[in-house]
Parts: sequence; C-alpha cells; structure tokens
Amino acid sequence: MNLFCVGLSHHRTSVETLEQYAGRSVEDSGLRACGCAEALLLATCNRVEVYAAAETVVPNEKIARCLAPGIERAAPGEAHSFYRFENGECARHLFRVASGLDSMVIGETEILGQAKKAYAAAQKSGTAGRYLHRLFQRAFRVAKQVRTHTDITRGAVSVSSVAVDLAEKIFGNLAGCKVLVLGAGEASERTVSALVAHGVTDLRVANRSTERAEKLIRVAGGRAVAFDDWLDQCRAIDILISSTASDRPLLTREKLAPLLRARVDRPLFIIDIAVPRDVDPAVNELEGVYLYDIDDLRSVAEQSLALRRGQIAAAEEIIDGHVAKFCESIGMGLSDVRDQPEHPPLGEEPLQASR
Amino acid sequence: MELRGGVFRPARFNFLVIGLGFVFQTAFLSVRGRALGRCPLTNLFEVFIFVAWSIALFYMLVGPAYRLSLMGAFTAPVVFLLQTFALVAPIDQQHRFKLPPNRWLEFHASFSTLAYGAFALACIAGVMYLVQERQLKTHHLHSLFYHLPPLPDLFGAITRLLWWGFALYTVGLVSGFFTGEPLPWPQVVWAIAVWVLYGLILQGRHWHRLAPRRVAALCIIGFSAALGLLWGITFTAQMHSP
Repeated sequence: MNLFCVGLSHHRTSVETLEQYAGRSVEDSGLRACGCAEALLLATCNRVEVYAAAETVVPNEKIARCLAPGIERAAPGEAHSFYRFENGECARHLFRVASGLDSMVIGETEILGQAKKAYAAAQKSGTAGRYLHRLFQRAFRVAKQVRTHTDITRGAVSVSSVAVDLAEKIFGNLAGCKVLVLGAGEASERTVSALVAHGVTDLRVANRSTERAEKLIRVAGGRAVAFDDWLDQCRAIDILISSTASDRPLLTREKLAPLLRARVDRPLFIIDIAVPRDVDPAVNELEGVYLYDIDDLRSVAEQSLALRRGQIAAAEEIIDGHVAKFCESIGMGLSDVRDQPEHPPLGEEPLQASR
Repeated sequence: MELRGGVFRPARFNFLVIGLGFVFQTAFLSVRGRALGRCPLTNLFEVFIFVAWSIALFYMLVGPAYRLSLMGAFTAPVVFLLQTFALVAPIDQQHRFKLPPNRWLEFHASFSTLAYGAFALACIAGVMYLVQERQLKTHHLHSLFYHLPPLPDLFGAITRLLWWGFALYTVGLVSGFFTGEPLPWPQVVWAIAVWVLYGLILQGRHWHRLAPRRVAALCIIGFSAALGLLWGITFTAQMHSP
C-alpha cells in the first residue's frame, strides 16, 4: 500500500484557481473511483489536498480530473502545479499542515479544526480506512504537541486580536470592563466587535453624528453617550478606543492627569487607531496608563509573527520524531521507498514519486 | 540535596519537581529537628533551608489557586540559590553545647520563617508584575510575556501573600519579646520597621492610594529589608554564642 498526498496550496497557486477546485464539492467516494483504496479531501480557502492510500500509482492528472472534471481542458497544465508527497513525506506534510506550519499565517489553529472536520467526513462516508485513520490520528496528536511545547500559536497577529490580547493581560477578565468608543468609524468596528466577543458588555459610544454611533451599536451593542461628555467618561471607563477624524490630539497629558487621581489603582488602556493620532503620546508616561496607537499594535503583531517564525525549528523537530515513529508503525521507509528496497511496503512494488 | 529545574513546561511536571523537592526538604528538616530535639532553626544554615522550605510551601499553596504555574520558573531558582548558598557557605556551625529548649524561641523562629516564605513569594510575584508591566508600557513584548499571568491575577496573589506574611510576621514579632533572650535594640527597631513597612503597603492598598506597580516594587524592597534583618539577627546571635 502506498500513502500519498496530492494538492494545491496558497504557496504556488492563486486564490482563483484554488476556488475552482474547492468550490466543487467532491465526494470522498468520488476519489475512490480514481483507484484509491482510501481517500480524504481537505479543502479550505488556502489549500485543496487529497490524502489517499492506493495499491497502484494514481497519477496527479487523474486526481485533478476527479477533483474538478472539466477544469483540465480550461487550463491545460494546471495539473503540473499540483505537488505530491509520498509515504513518509506525505505524513510530514500533513503534520506540518495540521500544526499550522504550512499556513499563510504561521501557527494559526483554524486548519486543525478543518482537518478534523475533513477526517470526520471521510470517516462518515467510509473512505478513510486504517491507513488514513492512523495518519490523521497521529497528525492531531502532533498538532497538539506542537501547540503545547512550542510558542508557535502564541501572540496575536492582527490589530484587533492584539488589542484583545493586551486588554486581557491588563484586566484579566474583560466581562467587567467598561469600554468607551470615541468616534464610531469603521476602523474601530472590528476592534470593538473583538472585545465584545471576549466578554465586554458595558460599551459606550460617543460620536459627533448619532447616526454613525447607532450603526455601531446595532452591530456591537452598547449605548450612545453625548460626544461632549467623553472626557468625563474617562473617570469611569477601563478601555478607550479612539478613532475620530480630528487633526489635532483630543486627549493630552494635561487633560487626563487630573482624572487619574480618582483611579490610582485602576489601569486605563487606550487604543488609538486614528490617523493622525487622537491621543498625545506623552499620555503613556502617566502611571497606570497603557497607550497603544495603530503603529504600536501593528508592531506587536509583527513581533508575535517573528516569535512564531522563531519556533519553526522546534516544531519541525517534534514533527521529525513523529514521522519516524509513524513510518515505523506502518512499516515503511522514511522518506522514499525507493531508497529502502529491503523493506518493501506490504508486499507492494516500490512506486515512483511523480513530483 | 535536590535538583530543581527552571523549565517552562510542562507545568504539571514542574510542579511535581518542586513538590518532590519539598518532600526532601521536609524530610531533612524533620531529621535535623529530631537530632536537635527542637525546631531546626539554630543556625543560619538551618534558617536558609527553612526559608526555602517555606517558599516552596507557599508556592504550592498559591500557584494552583491562581494558576500561576509559571511562578515555578521564578520560584525554583530562588529556592535553588538559597539552598546552594546554605550548602556551600560555611554556615552550618555546630553549637558547642546543647541549646536549652525554649518553646517561645521556637515559636517565634518558626512563625517568622513562615512569614519570610510568604514575603519572598510576594517579592517574586512583584518581580513578575514589574517585568510584565514594563513590557506593556514600552510596547516590547518578549516571549516570556505570553507565559505570564494577567496583571490582576498576579496582583491578587501579591495581596493575599502580603496579608498572610503580615499576619505570620506579627505573631512572630510579638512572640519574640517573650523568648527571654537578650534583645539587641538595632534588630528590634529594624524588625519593627519591616513590620511598619508591610503594614503601610497593605494600608495603601486598602485605601486605593497605591498604584499596583508601586505595591509590586515595595514588595521587593520589603523583602530585601527583611533579608537584611535575618542576616543581622543570626550574625549577632553567632557573635554572642560562646
């Protein structure tokens, strides 16, 4: 038996092409007709991959035809951009995919859920047999181990998730936090929604035009407060999100300092996503005030991405160990069966990799 | 005596290692105690081991309650250093005569040492607080940042440890006057100053007058003062002993 993976991913293929393949809902059982004993389709917006076990060689073209009949004629040569991994390399590839190493945003965890779903679907339709079962069970274990033993999934990598992460560091539980949104532009909407999704219930929106404020309230909840009262609100709130179109700073050190005397032991987290900035950078020097402007948030996101990249080697090491164990457990050579003729896989002739 | 790893993960393993170390410490202290026929706090060596034991004890009480498992990574090196110093430095001196049993002295010494454990851990939590606060303020988040518990959790742990330490220290301080031993005035003043300092921290915290960052910094200052006192006491005690 030969275990292999044929697929397309965001690395070399355009989104349009991926959509063409992923858009058509191919039944796993359809792949069986191509000559695969076991088959599983993993289709996300960034990749379309077929994991299969077969007694004979199933060429890439055949898989491509199975995936999307008719496409080959429309775009000849498309099948050549399919990559192919066999046996040990196939296992390595899946382990890397499941751990988020092959994702567009390194370390994202959504792919693991998608892989689990794909596996469940294949199990339901009966196309996943004992080879794919072992392969995927181990892949889920590897992904879990990589996640707990490295920092690859740590840190937020988008502006809104960085804001939520920092807020949770400063306040612990966000459920009791009072949030004031100053300037209800579209820029603040995503951050506000992310905070609400993490438990914020007390949301106040101050905007010059009530229409905009109401629009945000419809999306995220909360209540409108008079725009002129915003500074007074700073006595009570925990988080301030500012994104007005003002061309000079609205909040200065001089304005904020007297308000802080009443709240010595309560921190104030200010998220300034306006360009130009609404809050004077000197405000950050005040005790208990944590000011992040849009550049700061972006730089934190980049720092976490760099941190994740630094964890790749450690993750690969974990994966290496599992690839070796997996190959041992199903009795095949490590990378390429051709290199180890003394261990023919289950009585089958070694197969050519058509990569 | 024992091996303590400052490993980050897995937290459960880390906790187990500290727990195992704690068992060894307890065994050592009980063997010593039986040999001496009294609480093993007769010289600086024993005091250091006792403080290390007390830190490990409070870590195990506080760590799981606040899910501050990372605290182990900060606590283990402190305990390790204390014990290494105790083992290497020539401070395990035998008393030439068997000390007469003094129940008040034992009571005073053991309560004070437990208080030191709580204060030491508050100091460690204070360091963790300041490290994280600094990173939040300067916008430079290192890998460690993502392992530290949220600021309010740390601060809650600090407050609770300070109350425990303060209560135990008060008992230790008051019982010190009943020991019947000579009371050198500089040490008494120093001891009361430490008590007042911790009392002020707790009052400032209670009245919401102190910013959490200041409380964290004061925990470090307070513990340094307390360590100075400990050294002063045992130093003069050894000078006085024949």
